[in-house]
Amino acid sequence: MTSAISVSGLVKTFGQTRALDGLDLSVDTGEVHGFLGPNGAGKSTTIRVLLGLLRADAGDASLLGGHPWRDAVELHRRLAYVPGDVNLWPNLTGGEAIDLFGALRGGLDKRRRAELIERFQLDPSKKARTYSKGNRQKVAVVAAFASDVELYVLDEPTSGLDPLMEAVFQEYVREVKREGRTVLLSSHIFSEVEALCDRVSIIRQGRTVESGTLTQLRHLTRTAISVETGQPITGLPEQAGVHDARVDGTRAKFDVDSHELDHLLRYLTRFEVRTLTSAPPSLEELFMRHYGDELRENGVKAEATVS
Amino acid sequence: MSAFTGTARLVRLAIRRDRIQLPLWIAGTAVFVPIVVASVRDRFPTEADRVEILRSATESPALLVLRTAPTGASEGAMIMFSLLTYVAVLAGLMSTLAVVRHTRQNEETGRSEMVGATVVGRHAGLTAALVVVAGANLVLGGLIALALIGYGQPAAGSIGAGAGIAAVGIVFAGVAAVAAQITQSSRAANGIAAAVVGVAYVVRGLGDALGDRQPDGYTVVSAWPTWLSPIGWVTEMRQYEGDRWWVLVLPLVTFAASVGVAFALTVRRDVGMGMVPDRRGPARATPALLSPLGLAWRLQRGTLLGWTVAMVAYGAAVGSLSQTVQDALGENEGTADTIAKLAGGGNADLMDAFFAAMMAIYGAMAAGYVVQALMRPRSEEAGGPAEAVLATGTGRLTWLASHLAVAVGGAAVLLVAAGAATGLVDGLSSGGAGGKVLDMTGAALVQLPAALILAGFAVAVFGLLPRLAVGLAWAAFTVSLIVGQLGELLGLPQAVRDISPFTHVPAVPAASATALPLIALTAVAVALGAAGLALFRRRDLVL
Repeated sequence: MTSAISVSGLVKTFGQTRALDGLDLSVDTGEVHGFLGPNGAGKSTTIRVLLGLLRADAGDASLLGGHPWRDAVELHRRLAYVPGDVNLWPNLTGGEAIDLFGALRGGLDKRRRAELIERFQLDPSKKARTYSKGNRQKVAVVAAFASDVELYVLDEPTSGLDPLMEAVFQEYVREVKREGRTVLLSSHIFSEVEALCDRVSIIRQGRTVESGTLTQLRHLTRTAISVETGQPITGLPEQAGVHDARVDGTRAKFDVDSHELDHLLRYLTRFEVRTLTSAPPSLEELFMRHYGDELRENGVKAEATVS
Repeated sequence: MSAFTGTARLVRLAIRRDRIQLPLWIAGTAVFVPIVVASVRDRFPTEADRVEILRSATESPALLVLRTAPTGASEGAMIMFSLLTYVAVLAGLMSTLAVVRHTRQNEETGRSEMVGATVVGRHAGLTAALVVVAGANLVLGGLIALALIGYGQPAAGSIGAGAGIAAVGIVFAGVAAVAAQITQSSRAANGIAAAVVGVAYVVRGLGDALGDRQPDGYTVVSAWPTWLSPIGWVTEMRQYEGDRWWVLVLPLVTFAASVGVAFALTVRRDVGMGMVPDRRGPARATPALLSPLGLAWRLQRGTLLGWTVAMVAYGAAVGSLSQTVQDALGENEGTADTIAKLAGGGNADLMDAFFAAMMAIYGAMAAGYVVQALMRPRSEEAGGPAEAVLATGTGRLTWLASHLAVAVGGAAVLLVAAGAATGLVDGLSSGGAGGKVLDMTGAALVQLPAALILAGFAVAVFGLLPRLAVGLAWAAFTVSLIVGQLGELLGLPQAVRDISPFTHVPAVPAASATALPLIALTAVAVALGAAGLALFRRRDLVL
């Protein structure tokens, strides 16, 4: 499998701030790759380096087989970008902006444009000045999906979209994936990433801390177990890989490291398991585990959910 | 909660935001006092000197349009003649920009929506803006009065000058408050308010040029149009020559009335909306828009149209004045000196010297347009759509060069339009229109290389120091203008005057168009522009 994006040891500093600190990222051709990290982790900076808008201080980056800075214009004809903060020209209509972005990218499919505008319920004859954030976002998303390109670089594309539009968006991501195109999707919305992405990279303070398929990543984390047995449960907290065990006679709730799961189930059977529910770790929990210490510093419990 | 709740807090917020900008405006405006006083003392030390120069000045309507009607030959009156209208324009622009910045711009960016959702009254935002701007004008007026008193001028006239300037600034603050209610974009509100300042200057100029020359031969009583203009009210206070305090009633009443209108409009519209609603536009783009150059033209054409209208009107006015100037010149040889100095020419034909002086003004206007046009790429980059555009197949060079092409082409169009209008109107009144159109168009185009230098400089600072580009480009324009156009009048040494590109432009038609300086200016401009393009290609986008 060839690589659409390959980045290693990327460094970018702004004055005193080290925005990227040896970041690695690898996106295979044809996959939807989730790019996760909190605000300020360096997602947008990475994307801007990949687009040749910023120049890396160190490290290697290659995009569609070219160099992001040197071959910028050639590469840009083969990709579509939706910025995290869509700014349009206040006195141009949304329709004009869509046509303009399409033309500057090298053409756009008129039938698809009409279909997208309809599906996203965008009024293309309104001046951009009067659009809400969600509508500005739709303009960029429509312009991107109406272009016939190999790679879609989407920086938090659904911020400001309502759940109905979010569903339409997911449909189009699946469609371009079926057509063999590649998507780099930076997002805050875990359900979106879990629903769409083949692989995920989690970054933190300018470095990649985790990368792999969701299955692989889940392996690294804990499963939540709730069990009821015929005989009182003993010795559970002492078992390897068990955390936060709350035992109440024949009932217990606890988390277990996924690689200790097999061993633990064998241990439980000696108490005559009656019911057992297990909740696989969500991406959100995975994410929270990486940022847990940061949250604890700020007085938030790691179990708390992010909004 | 009253409609004014929270005003004090918003005043402090506005002062905090403007803590650098407003002091710079105030200092940059007040600094004209020492410059002008030094120049007047140096060049016209005795009353006889002043009477002589004013005698010739009153015979030149063009000079009266630019300055004002002289009210007397005392040192104070001479300072007012050289200073008052320019400073009034600066105070006006400071006020309109500041009011729009703290009203319509806040609405456009959505800041006032956040502020308005807190415990803040409906009128607090506008009131706070007016309080801050009125305060800035009072500080400016106070500085001017103190400076004049410090130079030994009579206290009454000095306070009159300060009060008059403050009053004119406050009137334009009221104008901007109304303009900010009318449009949805702050750009348009600024345009309307600045246009009112420009019209006020020109209307006052007409009144002064049409005024009655008094029997003493060196003072002029302005005609009625002067009384229609807030800038005319300052000069009609006749500082040091009678000190008519009652004139101050006019700006104060006007201010009160315009603020009343602005408040009335505020309660009749929704936050973020204007009185003039946005119309719908086309759902599809025309093919002409679909290229980097097409986009640059679309973004810049409104600005260019505004400048073209202004410059054609100004050119036509100059052309229509030529006959009057010719008559005046026939009567008195003393005017020669003044006009020749303005034109920077030697012993040329006086009519040609007059036109050369006007061409220099066209050149300055074209340069002002170029700087404004070339700040557009910066605003597209900083929080604008440039990020998305440069992530398409559009290269950086193509993108920036498109804006540069529109700016340079636009400057050429402006000069041709102004020159042709001058020649046409002059020719229609005095004969030989065809030849004069060609002559004047050519003379105007000679100014182009100086404007190109400022274009090159603007592109260079955009490439090198994007965050400072806007300030640096306007500073370069202002310095070039003061040093180049007024350098001789201010008595600056040649070495200083040489830093301005305008100094090097041949005074056509007073002098013949020599190729060398024009080629040299163009070469420097091209070098600056090329450096700017190369630097922009190599740097990070500064979003």
